[in-house]
This record gives sequence, structure tokens and C-alpha cells, in this order.
Amino acid sequence: MPAALRRLNLVRLAPLLWLGPAIALIGVVVLWPVVVMVQSSFQQIGGEGFVAGYNGTKNYAHLFNEPDFVSVLLRTLVWVVVVVAVTVFISLGLAQLFHQQFPGRRVARWALIVPWAASVMMTALIFKWALDPNVGVINVILHHLGVVKQLGSNRADWLGNPTSALAWMMGVAIFVSLPFTTYAILSGLQGIPRDVYEAASIDGATSWKSYLGVTLPLLRPAILVATLINVINVFNSFPIIWEMTRGGPGYETATSTIYMVELKQGDVGQSASMSVINFLLVIVIVLVYLSTTRWKEQVDQ
Amino acid sequence: MITTTKPAPRVAARAGTAPRARRPLRTWLVAGAAYLIAVIFLLPYLEMLVMAGRPNNELGRATIFPSHFTFSNFTTLWSGGGLGGSIGTSLQIAAGATVIVLLVALPAAYCTARHRFRGRTAFLLLVLTTQMFQPAAMLVGIQREFINFGLPPTLSLIIVNAGFNLAFAVWILNAFFSSIPVELEEASMVDGLGRVGALTRITLPLAAPGIVTALIFTFISAWNEFLVALTLSLGESPTQQPLTVAINNYIGQYSVDWGHLFAAGLVATVPVIILFAFIERRVVSGLTAGAVK
Repeated sequence: MPAALRRLNLVRLAPLLWLGPAIALIGVVVLWPVVVMVQSSFQQIGGEGFVAGYNGTKNYAHLFNEPDFVSVLLRTLVWVVVVVAVTVFISLGLAQLFHQQFPGRRVARWALIVPWAASVMMTALIFKWALDPNVGVINVILHHLGVVKQLGSNRADWLGNPTSALAWMMGVAIFVSLPFTTYAILSGLQGIPRDVYEAASIDGATSWKSYLGVTLPLLRPAILVATLINVINVFNSFPIIWEMTRGGPGYETATSTIYMVELKQGDVGQSASMSVINFLLVIVIVLVYLSTTRWKEQVDQ
Repeated sequence: MITTTKPAPRVAARAGTAPRARRPLRTWLVAGAAYLIAVIFLLPYLEMLVMAGRPNNELGRATIFPSHFTFSNFTTLWSGGGLGGSIGTSLQIAAGATVIVLLVALPAAYCTARHRFRGRTAFLLLVLTTQMFQPAAMLVGIQREFINFGLPPTLSLIIVNAGFNLAFAVWILNAFFSSIPVELEEASMVDGLGRVGALTRITLPLAAPGIVTALIFTFISAWNEFLVALTLSLGESPTQQPLTVAINNYIGQYSVDWGHLFAAGLVATVPVIILFAFIERRVVSGLTAGAVK
């Protein structure tokens, strides 16, 4: 029965008509670049982009032997852990505050989203300016407060010193991550029924106790998702460090994403091998994400 | 899952022990703290305004505010640097990506919301996975692939931005379509609207909030995207570069034209901040939809 068989196949293939464009777009933009990237990591490619031939595993060998490689990876770990942990911690407080009823709440919440809506690159440039050793507004204020004794001094050159530069850049990264995280936790708070609190108060729980015992456990899914989305964002974060220090001095403030972009200017092959390592790290994070969340229940509902 | 606009029940009710008379004071304290935080969040962007309005001969002065404000940085943006061209390029990229995302995500989201079929879960997993990957993770691959394609950078950036924002649109539209009862569509088909009529007159209008959210979100992220734009449009003339890249041209090797940089920055950020305010309440559900109930 060829006709019936054809009909059956058509029915089976019908969804492909609806999903096809999406699959094609994902294929071209997300999946194929991964193939090209892995391929490039085994090729010798100069900064100009010309392929000089197969290079075996030399790119990886060179990368692992780079004196900065290990410190860049360690710095990336510290960068992600500190930024995400502090972001989630502050956001828990902010969400609790903005969850209360008060006059003008809509406007106040709107102000909260501004760093999220604005491009991270612009925010980074504002802070780069504000930290200018001679005339930056943060330094001028710190000078008035007596923290910075002399404008233009080494003390005022926050971005020139790797330690203080990293601290300020982490601050900016936290600042731009707060709105999404706070909103994610806020939407978690809105999902908690009021009677849960009433039951807790009947049981005699104080507000702090009911927060730790009732609110926080119920917020767990929201916190988990917000944390993992932040880990991905902060791991891949590029504009802040790029605009404020370019990863310098040397590579002393570079994370792996910045390092990969810097390498690309001189040696695309080696940069590709750094990309592959970054990519594998992201896959690990994604696997953790998929195994800890209940995405499948959501999809099957 | 879609965040409602209804004000959430007051958490203060949890205690029930707080005397009623103290409520106003508490409300004032909460409001005061919230306003203070709101101002802190706005401060960096207000500083951008102060800097854009600062006369150029006062750029070297260590003062918090300039002696007076000037509009000259805004008026000269258009003549020398050719910011208009960059705005046009950014508009093309953002609008192009938005149109593609809608055309591609609408059928996919509708199909996965209405039908159960083999491969549906695999498709949704694929979408969820792409949401977890950012262009930065595969930048070298994107760069080499699109250089091989030989497309103009603007077109390449439209496609890349569409691809990386597809997941958000599919999730939020899927949620909206799922929340519209099938019976509603069936009833209107029986009433003589037909399949297409039911879709265009019943389903799509009901999903409009989701469509608008997906549309604005894609537009803003494509407008703000920096890394791929920087990579693919590096050798272009400044007017062909998107705004985020072109703004960096005010940073010279020895000095930075901060006045123009922040004037251009305001032009780049103020519109998207206003747009974002429209989708603020729904955007979280699109970002976390895959995982949170």
C-alpha cells in the first residue's frame, strides 16, 4: 500500500514542517559553529585567518604550556563563584524588600531593571570613566571622603592594579546581574501561597524563622534556576573586563573568555582550542543544570 | 508560570503579631529603603547624562557636576562620527533578528504546545540547550563559519542574533499557546472561521502579550549584543558598524572622547530601557520557563 504508507509518513513528518525552520536556524547558528570550532582547534591558523594546514594537537599543547593558562582558569573560577554567590545573596534581600507593598513600588521596580535593559558594554564604560584616576566621579567622591588622598595617584588608579581592578569589575558584574536574579526570586516569592505563612505564624514562627524554614525552601527552584543562568552568563561575560582592563596588565585580570578573544588576534587555532575547553566547561554546567532541574516535567505536562 | 500583575499578598501578614498602628512606619521604612536602592541603580546612568552634558573644556576638571550643561555633544554626534549610520545598522540587525525569530518561533511554539509527537521532547531539549549556550562559547566557530559564507556583516549578525534568541521566544510562546484552551479554537472553527481564521483571529490575539514580549526581548538583546558584533564588523567603516561597536570608536589610543561617547551611549540605552519596561513583568518567565513551575 504505497499510498497509505506515504500518507503515514506525511503525518509523521508534519511536525517537521513547523519545527524545520527552528531546527535549521539552531543548526546554522549554534551547532555548526561548534563543528567549525573543533575543526579549527586542530588546524594551524594565523591571526589573519588563513588555514596553514593540519596541526594535530599542537594548539592544545601550546595552550597548556602557556604560562598564563592555569592562572586564567583559576581566575575564571573565582570570578564566577564570587560574582554569582554575592549576586544571589544580595538578590534574596532585594526581592524580599521589593515584594512588600509600598506606595510607588512599580516605579521603584522599574528603576531596578535599568542595568538589565542597558547594554553591559555601556555600563562597563560608565564605571571605567568613573574610576579614572584623575577626574573619575567615584575617585572625586572618594577624594572628598578622604579615602583617596591624592587624585591621580597609584591609589586612585583602581584599574591599574590587578587586585583592585578585579574587585571593581566583579562589583560591576554583580551590579548588572542583580536585576534578573532579583526578578527571578520575586517571581518565586509570588508563587508562594499566603496561607503557608499563616500556618507558620500560627505555629508561632517568628518572621526570621519563617523565612528560613518556609520561604527559603519554597524558593529553592527559583534560586536554583537563577543561579545556573547566572553561572552561564558570568562565565561567558565579555564586555565588562574587555572595556575596563582588556584583561591586563598582561593577562592578570583575564577570564577564559577574554583570554580566548585575546588569543584570537594572534593565533586563531590556539584560540579555537581555548574555545573548545570553554565549551566543554559550559557543557558540564549545562549537564548539571539539566540534572538538577525538572525541565522534563515541564515539557511533558 | 506567567507572572501575574496582581499585587502579591503582603509578606508582613506573615507575622500577624505586628500591631496595626505600627504599619505606616514600617511601610515608610520599606519604601524609603526601596527608593534608596532604586536611586543607586539609576546613578550610573544619570552619571552618563551628567557627562554627556558636560562642556568639553571641563572634562579634565575633578568636579562631580559641571558648571553648566550643554547640548553640543548631542548636536555634533550626527555630523562627524556618523552615528546615524550606526543607528541604522543596529536597527536593521535588531529588527531583522526580531522578524526572523517571530517567523521561526511561532510555528515551532504552536506545534509543540498543541501536539504530542515523536521528537517533541528532543526538540524542546535542543531549544533549552541552545539557551544555555552563548555566542562567546563558540565565537571562533561563528567567526570562521560566517567569514566562509561571505555574507555582509549586517546579515550575518541578523542570523546569529536570531539564532541565540530563538529559545526565549519558543519558551514564552509555548507557554502562552498552552494556556489557551484548544476548545476555544475548535469552537471558532465550528463557527465557520476555519483553521486559519481560528489561528489569526482567536489564538494569535490571545497570545499577543507573549508575542510582544518575545519581540521586544529579541530586539533589545540584538541591539545590545557586543561580542559577535565586534568580531564580525571589525574591519567595516564606522557607519556600517552597529552602535555598540561604533561607540568604542570614541576611545582613541591616547585619549577618550567621553562627552560624545556618553551622548551616544544615552541614544543607545534610553530607548531600550523604555522598551524593557513594557515586558519587565513577563520576561523572567521566558528565561526560566524551561525549568521552573
